[in-house]
Formats: sequence, C-alpha cells, structure tokens
Amino acid sequence: MAMILNDDQSMLKDSAREFMKSEAPTTHFREFRDKECKDGFSHGLWKQFAEMGFTGILIPEDEGGLGLGHVEAGIVLEEVGRNLSPSPFLTTSVAAVEALKSAGKNMRERWFPGIISGETVIGLAIDESAKHRPANTACKAERSGNGFKLTGAKQFVVQGASSDMLIVAARTAGSEGETSGLTLFAVEKDAAGMSMDPVRLVDSAVAAHIDLNGVEVTADAVIGEVDDGWSVLTKILDAGRTGAAAEMVGVGSGAMDMTFDYLKQRKQFGKVIGEFQALQHRAAHLYGEMEMARSVVLKAQNFLDDGDERGELYTAAAKAKAGLACNLSVREGLQMHGGIGMTDEYDIGLYMKRDRALNEFFGDAYFHADRVATMNGY
Amino acid sequence: MTDLETFRSETRAWLEENCPAEMRKPARGDDDICWGGRNVVFQSDAQKQWLEVMAERGWTVPDWPTEYGGGGLSRQEAKILRTEMAKMKCRSPLNSFGIWMLGPALLKFGTEEQKKHFLPQIARGEIRWCQGYSEPGSGSDLVSLQTFGEDKGDHYEVNGSKIWTSYADKADWIFCLVRTNKEDKYQGISFMLYDMTNEGVTTKPILLISGASPFCETFFDDVKVPKSYGEGISSVVGEFNRGWDVAKYLLGHEREMISGMGGDGGTASLGAGFKDVMASEPVLRAQMALFDVDGLAFRSHSERFMDEWKSGTGHPAYSNLMKYIGTELNKSRHELVMAMGGSDALEWESEASKGGSKARNWLRTKANSIEGGTSEVMLNVVSKRILEMPGG
Ligand SMILES: Cc1cc2nc3c(=O)[nH]c(=O)nc-3n(C[C@H](O)[C@H](O)[C@H](O)COP(=O)(O)OP(=O)(O)OC[C@H]3O[C@@H](n4cnc5c(N)ncnc54)[C@H](O)[C@@H]3O)c2cc1C
Repeated sequence: MAMILNDDQSMLKDSAREFMKSEAPTTHFREFRDKECKDGFSHGLWKQFAEMGFTGILIPEDEGGLGLGHVEAGIVLEEVGRNLSPSPFLTTSVAAVEALKSAGKNMRERWFPGIISGETVIGLAIDESAKHRPANTACKAERSGNGFKLTGAKQFVVQGASSDMLIVAARTAGSEGETSGLTLFAVEKDAAGMSMDPVRLVDSAVAAHIDLNGVEVTADAVIGEVDDGWSVLTKILDAGRTGAAAEMVGVGSGAMDMTFDYLKQRKQFGKVIGEFQALQHRAAHLYGEMEMARSVVLKAQNFLDDGDERGELYTAAAKAKAGLACNLSVREGLQMHGGIGMTDEYDIGLYMKRDRALNEFFGDAYFHADRVATMNGY
Repeated sequence: MTDLETFRSETRAWLEENCPAEMRKPARGDDDICWGGRNVVFQSDAQKQWLEVMAERGWTVPDWPTEYGGGGLSRQEAKILRTEMAKMKCRSPLNSFGIWMLGPALLKFGTEEQKKHFLPQIARGEIRWCQGYSEPGSGSDLVSLQTFGEDKGDHYEVNGSKIWTSYADKADWIFCLVRTNKEDKYQGISFMLYDMTNEGVTTKPILLISGASPFCETFFDDVKVPKSYGEGISSVVGEFNRGWDVAKYLLGHEREMISGMGGDGGTASLGAGFKDVMASEPVLRAQMALFDVDGLAFRSHSERFMDEWKSGTGHPAYSNLMKYIGTELNKSRHELVMAMGGSDALEWESEASKGGSKARNWLRTKANSIEGGTSEVMLNVVSKRILEMPGG
C-alpha cells in the first residue's frame, strides 16, 4: 500500500474536515464543556456522525457499514483531533467495533445497527490502575450456572456512564501479568451488581470508575473465546492505539497550525515574532516531529489493514511517536503564545489538555517505547 | 504474474548468478566500496567483476536512460532492484558524486551532447568527480563565493580556492562553482566542469577527527578551462551565469542522499544487537527504545517522502527537512553505539576493534549535519519555504 491517500481517501478527508470544522469546531467543544454535560459529548452530533457514515466505517458492508479500514478511521480521527470534537467515535466505532468483529452473529446483530445509526455508545472497561497495563487484569470472572460472575474494579472507562454496553476484560484463568486466561465480556449498562462513579477529566471528558460486584452474565456475553481474550484484546488495543495516535496527529497539527498562525501575526520589538530565528528553528523542528508521527501512524494503519504481522510493532511505535510529537506541539504551542496561551479563552490550552488525556489513553509513549524494545528482543 | 513480479524474480535470479559471494558481505567502511576513477585500485577481483557486470547492465545507475549508460528502469523497477539487493546484502557496485550529484544535475540541465559525453563515464565508473562548492569564506553563505573565472576567449582562467572538497586528491574531474560576474551575486555564478590534472590545480588533504583525510583544500592558479570539449559539449552546465540554479538543484539531491543515512543499514532495530548490555542498563535501554521508535518513524517517513515525491505531491523544499531529521538521527544512533560499546568502542587501532571502526564511524557522523548544508541552515529553509515564516 502506498504511503499516500488514494482518491477516495482524499475525498473522505475533505468531507471529514469540512464536517468537523462546521459542525464540531472548538466552540462546540466549549459549549458542552461549559454546560457540564454529564456525557461530555452531544448525542445530536453523534447522530450526525452516523448520517455522514462515519459510525459504521469499520463495520463490514454486508452488515450495513462502510467496510473501510484503519486508514479511513484515522482520517476521521485526525479531524476529530484537530477540532477537539467530542464524540464516542474512537471507543465505539473503532475499538468496540474491532472487538465485535470477533464476536458471534447474535452479538453483532445486537449491536452493529445501533452503532451505525448513532444511537449506541460502547465503553471499554480494561484499565484497573492509573497506568494502562492490560496484562495485569485482575478482575475475576468465575463460572456461575451456565454463565459467569464478574468481580473487580475498572477505571478510566471513557464515557462509561453514557454507554449502552461495556466491553469488560476479566480473568477466567491464570494470574495477574499473564496474557493467557483473559476473557472479554459484553456487559449491558443496567446489569445488576455494577455501579459507576463518573468523574470529569482534565480535558472535560467524563470517565467512569466501575465496580463489578458479582455481576452475572450468560455464556453468550463472551466475546471471542474463553481464556483467549488476549487475541481479541490485542485487536481492540491495536485499533484503539492507532486510532488514538491518529487523533493525536490531529491534535498536534491543530495546535501547530494555530501556533504558526500566531507567529505570523504577533509583533514584538517591532517585528513579527516569526522572524526570530530562535522560534523559527523550534517551529521547523516541531514540524519535522509531527511529520514523522504522521508517517509512522499511516504505516501502522496500512499494516493493520493489510493484516501484516508488523502491525503490532508499528502500532506501538505510532502511539509512542504521535504521543511525543503531539506533546511537543502543545508545549511549544503554549510557550510561543506567551501569556495569552495561559488563558482559558484561548484554544491552545484546550489542546494541551486533550493531548495529556490521549497520551494516557491505551498506554503512554513510554509504555509503547518499552513494547517496541520488547518486540525488538531486548 | 504481473510484469513487476516477473521483473522481481528475474532480478533475483540474475543477482544470485552474478553477484560474487564476497560482495554480499556488509561493507565495513567507504574503502570496501568501489568509487571508480582513472586511478581506481580494486580491493579484489570480485569487486572489479561486480562493477563490470553491473555497469554492463546499466545497474550502477538503474533509473538513468539506457542511452546514457543507465538501466532504463522505472521507479518501481528500481525500487525492486534496491530491495532485492538489500535482501541479498549485495554491496553497492559503485559509489560516486557523479552518480549522486552531477548526474542528476546533467540530466536536468545538460545538453544532449553533454549527457552523451559525461554520463556514461560516470555510469561505468571511469571518471571520478569531486564537488567544488565551499570556500574558506563561503560555507553556509555559499552564494558569496569568490573563485573567479575570467573570460579569455576560448577559455576561462580560473583563480581561487575551495575547501572541504571531498576526495579532491582522488578525483579526476571537478564540478565547480565559479564566479563569472562580480556585479551580480546570484546570477553571476557558473557551474563549470574541468579536469583536475589541468595545470594550476593543486590539492592538499586535511586530516579529520576520525583520523581519515577524505577531503582537501583545493587551489586554482591560472587554471585554463576550455569553453568547449567538443561540439555541443560546453564546460558550463546550464546557462552561463546561472550556475546557482544548477547548484541548488544538485544540493537538493545531495540532501536527499545524506538524509538516507538515518535509515542506516536497513536493520529494523538498533537495540536488537545489544541485548546483553541493556539487560543491566535500564536507562540506556530506555534511550535505545526511544531511538528505535524514531527509527521506525523515520523509516515510515522516508517511504512516505518517496511516495509523495513520485506522485508529485511533495513540497520542493522537503529534502531539507529530510536531511535535518536523517542526519540528527544518525548522530544519535552512533552516540548509542558508542555507549553500548563502552570501553571496547574506545579502541582506536586494535584488531578487535577493527581498527577503531566504531569510534571512527561515530566521529564521521558528526559531519552529517554540517556537510551539504548544516542543520541550522536546513531549519532556516524549512521555516521560510515550507512554513512560510516571515523575515529575510
Ligand atoms: C565531511 C564533509 C565533507 C564535505 N564535502 C564537501 C565537498 O565535497 N565539497 C564542498 O564544496 N563542500 C564540502 N563540505 C563543506 C560543507 O558544505 C560546509 O562545511 C558547510 O556548508 C558549512 O559551511 P562552514 O563549514 O563554512 O560552516 P559555517 O557556515 O561557518 O557555519 C558555522 C556554524 O554557523 C551556523 N550558521 C551559519 N549560518 C547560519 C545561519 N544563517 N543561521 C543559523 N546558523 C548559521 C552553522 O549552522 C554552523 O553551526 C564538506 C563538509 C564536511 C564536514
């Protein structure tokens, strides 16, 4: 696959860019933030995502979706990132859809239509500690009747309290730290024994702490195979990580463009500040870092779409590089704005907050650099 | 099978048959690769044979047209050839500034006669070229150069000096920037080709920190450069006084070539070679992990750069960014290699250290962000031309 967008992809990019810019720009984000909206996103906008066809982008065509790949999902996510458009797209339409693709016919038929129509939101209940360590899953799933009983605690479940269903990673065998013995479950929102504590995050998203107190599910709730949840989880995480990386390319680019515009306007010492070489060099360096991030994200998406075994390595590199570059972009961006960058009125701070959350989501740059090292054999 | 698949399998078979086993071992340094020229000394029969069979097929310059000694391959075919050669670890049959720099400039700016005359000699490795750009007073500010060529009717009389001229002492000919109009800074330079055995040309090697002396001071005292080497074969490439355009075009190629070094050796992971050290050095391991992330990113990035270049969507100044990233990365790579090597890597002459190859290579890479335009100059260009930052 070439490392440039084809005609269809370019068209998708144009329409996604146009759509986010007009329907969900940063003013939209502020509106929902300032309302203290309990979901942290607009259901109306989510319906509009559906009208655009975005919601079913990864769902196979014969099941009502667009049947496209990670490159296309990434195109949408980049624009989401650039405009800070709040939506359940990454968790629901990318990560959860990837999970459901490994599920049986019944479960697909149960959830795909609602995702496609923009009515359904799905949350991911994976993390159990402040840092993302999926192999450390301790949440227990014990056999009970012809189903399972889940006990444990989850956190950083983004939009968890707004979700119709949660994908819960739990341990059916083995012990903490082992990748075998995990199983994934689809748990519906009103399941008895599940309680939620939604908390607002620095980027105004709402994430839930979840208590699973002997939550009963039937055997039909299992996604993939019992004890082999890791293979599905790997797909969910690869999709989520490249997705988050693509969104960070958008966040970083949005912040960078804003900053470059500012460098061309703001005057000090009788000059436009963009004339100062000290700033020019930092700007050019930042641009290079963002370009590298963009490339490795595209490469990872290509590999995932091709089913190439290098997908996992490149996904780790993509999440790490996009994280580092986006973080540089928001930090340089804020600094180059001077005092105005510290004000709530100015958008650069919003980008900084979003970057922090996305960097943490699905594992930060250090976690993924460590994975690169491990996969490279050291 | 598609045409490209057929090409791939034929290429593989041909390489299998024609590339001597000795030429499939990794080169340890510049000397292991043939640079051609009138005074070439082949390291081995295998090296000579490898050059001959490849030149015969036009594969020393696979994507040049066949009438100029090239292989006439399409971009895709050339890429396949490169990949197959890399897979079989075939060494480059011929390296030269003729191939990397002068050739592309001649293909773009040369007359038909100039191309027919000069390009096949480059392709066959018969003439070795050096690059006469930098002067003692004109480095980054190259356009201020002062080496002067006075019009003397049938020839120019060239006076002045160049510096940092790589391999000037081994080169047969020079492509040289010569001022031909003192009144006009930009449109007063001509791009001249001449023989280094001309009377009045002298070279003096300069010793580098790596212990090698691959470049020279080059002096021109009343050097007579003929205006023509035959019908249509002017000694000036491009228009007279418009050599700056040629020079800049060539620099684009040079930067692209140097930036390729960030991808170094084609190994996916630098860290994979140093497992033992890292097991007891967690901070070093962390540095290495971050380097490998950059390595994978740069590799992806180079691929995107090539694809955009091919499709004509790349920014014309983009090679400056590639050079900046690639060379800085290559320097980091060698810092890590030294750290991994510890005191073993400090040895300068011993047998065990292969004559200090790690230390010497490490020092050599420091030039990457200077030669062909410094990192700071690259950042200037990126910021002005790509980011369109204000100011002169
Ligand atoms: C190994 C090697 C091989 C070479 N081979 C050749 C060759 O074959 N032929 C040839 O012609 N030349 C060759 N060169 C020369 C090379 O192109 C020059 O060294 C280079 O262009 C820098 O010029 P300078 O050395 O005069 O440094 P200077 O221009 O004096 O630079 C000194 C420092 O000032 C900085 N600086 C200069 N201007 C600016 C600015 N506007 N903004 C910010 N910082 C600035 C530079 O980045 C650098 O850090 C070679 C150099 C090396 C190291």
